[in-house]
Amino acid sequence: MSRRWIVIAIPMLWLGIFFLLPFIEVARISLVDPAIARPPYTPLFEDGAFMGDLENYAFLLSDSLYINSYLSSIRIAAVSTVLALLVGYPMAYAIARAPEPRRTILLFLVILPFWTSFLLRVYAWIGLLKGNGVINNVLLWMGVIDEPLVMLQTDFAVYVGIVYTYLPFMILPLYATLVKLDESLMEASADLGASRASTFLRITLPLSLPGVVAGCMLVFIPAIGEYVIPALLGGPDTLMIGRVLWDEYFRNRDWPVASAVAIAMLLLIVLPILWMQKMQERA
Amino acid sequence: MKLRLALTLSTALVASPLAAQEVLNIYNWSDYIAEDTIEKFEAETGIEVNYDVYDSNEVLEAKMLAGNSGYDLVVPTSDFFQRQNAAGVYQPLDKSKLPNLVNMDADLMKAAAAYDPDNAHSVIYMWGTTAIGYNVAKVTEALGEDAPVDSWALIFEPENMQKLADCGVSFLDAPTEMLPPAIKYLGGDPETTDPAEFEKAADLLLSVRPYVRYFHSSQYINDLANGDICVAVGFSGDVFIAQARAEEADNGVEIAYTIPEEGALSWYDLLAIPADAPNPDAAHKFINFVMDPQITADITNYVWYANANEASMPLVDEEIKSDPGIFPTPSAKENLWSAVPYDSRLDRTITRLWTTVKTGQ
Repeated sequence: MSRRWIVIAIPMLWLGIFFLLPFIEVARISLVDPAIARPPYTPLFEDGAFMGDLENYAFLLSDSLYINSYLSSIRIAAVSTVLALLVGYPMAYAIARAPEPRRTILLFLVILPFWTSFLLRVYAWIGLLKGNGVINNVLLWMGVIDEPLVMLQTDFAVYVGIVYTYLPFMILPLYATLVKLDESLMEASADLGASRASTFLRITLPLSLPGVVAGCMLVFIPAIGEYVIPALLGGPDTLMIGRVLWDEYFRNRDWPVASAVAIAMLLLIVLPILWMQKMQERA
Repeated sequence: MKLRLALTLSTALVASPLAAQEVLNIYNWSDYIAEDTIEKFEAETGIEVNYDVYDSNEVLEAKMLAGNSGYDLVVPTSDFFQRQNAAGVYQPLDKSKLPNLVNMDADLMKAAAAYDPDNAHSVIYMWGTTAIGYNVAKVTEALGEDAPVDSWALIFEPENMQKLADCGVSFLDAPTEMLPPAIKYLGGDPETTDPAEFEKAADLLLSVRPYVRYFHSSQYINDLANGDICVAVGFSGDVFIAQARAEEADNGVEIAYTIPEEGALSWYDLLAIPADAPNPDAAHKFINFVMDPQITADITNYVWYANANEASMPLVDEEIKSDPGIFPTPSAKENLWSAVPYDSRLDRTITRLWTTVKTGQ
């Protein structure tokens, strides 16, 4: 009994300290007004009276910027997730089907980039994509193009950055389900006259769905709130909620509205997650 | 757990007098100090310096307003300083610890006192302007020999921007730097606080927005130097850093800095000590050290920003002293304007306009 209690208590304590307490603090700030002071907002209780209100949340609804940037974040995250799935699935499949010594090496290669800082790897993409960067220079030298392609500071660069960064999170859960697939099922399917394509569509794909859903969640959720990649690779019109949050916090120094954006974003992201979780349970 | 922590703390307390290493934490703009300044200070005082950098006032301000930043010395720009000072962020300077104050230019310190009455909390570190840096060859190629490089028309006229778009134009990601020149170009007062003026300025920027490669406040230094962009609205010294890097690389890129005839924003970066600085004593020592004529001259000679240290001027390179982009001529000085702090309502309007300019939303 007591041992089980400890097993549950540790993650609960972790969540309490690192999720719940900051969440309550941010929620508290979202109810007050900004001020020229340190810290730059008014107190929630003054002389024992409750001073908070929901004005900051009402403000979010009054300007289409916030809802547009939320929708745009979801769109960018969704497109990136689909691209990561299209790239990641064949890779995971190939790794899962590879003979043993090679499989370990391939898996290792997927994880290898984590040994370099995420920020450095995104910066490396600037060097690859920019006007007189590596890709443009090679294409110019080969005579494929006459003028450098504008790739950096576009949505394209953001997709490249997100897919590149989060690809391992797609591959690993896919690999985990694909490697457990019973080969005899595929042999049976072939024996019964199914083509390779229909074996894939009717046997492999449905059985790997839990991995697909897990991989998509691991890519989609962090991609929605992504700030660094759109800030470094995106153009000025790449509208994402992370950037709006930055503007509220740093530029307007309006911590209360910034907190309201953060809370609203958290609540709105929970909805797609719950939906995906339901999908996963069904799958 | 608690016991362990207490033990660690007490060992640290016992150990510190033995180590006797005083530490000074400085938070300054990127690329904004001579290569040997810190080294010389450490050698002279025996104080160990931790030196961190930022590239926007907003980042500094968030840390200052949150408090307990751990920094002993920071370098806010005048208008940001004024607001932070009103929030009680900075402590008054102990001028008895700053004998080198006598070296400072009285006129410039008086001008800076508009932001900090009696210069009670701050000393000018460097000052400069925000105007246009450009790649001479590429701009001539795009717009011909008589390209309007001495006017904001270069970047505020869509027909010019259209021709420059291919070689790349960058704007600062800072509405308070970008909107006032647009107001001035439209014939208004760049020091206005009238929201309607800002809206007109935003419309002007929207008309050239399709031709802007990106909005960023430091990336243009490298991109100008490499020839990745050909025009940048930027801080004077940063453009000169780009110029120097292009010369070093010997890549055939020639960069020039121009203060348009309509005028430009002038600003002061101020050395200030946060109220909760752990080591204000060392910060005073550093401020006094920087005001040494040789040290300030070394910094100006390296970063190409104008200083406000009269005694250092004989030690500043002739090339820098005579450059009107760095030390503007008296007539150009008349057209310079300064940043006025905005109330939170205007701030929000301006940020919102800026988002519209950047995203079209």
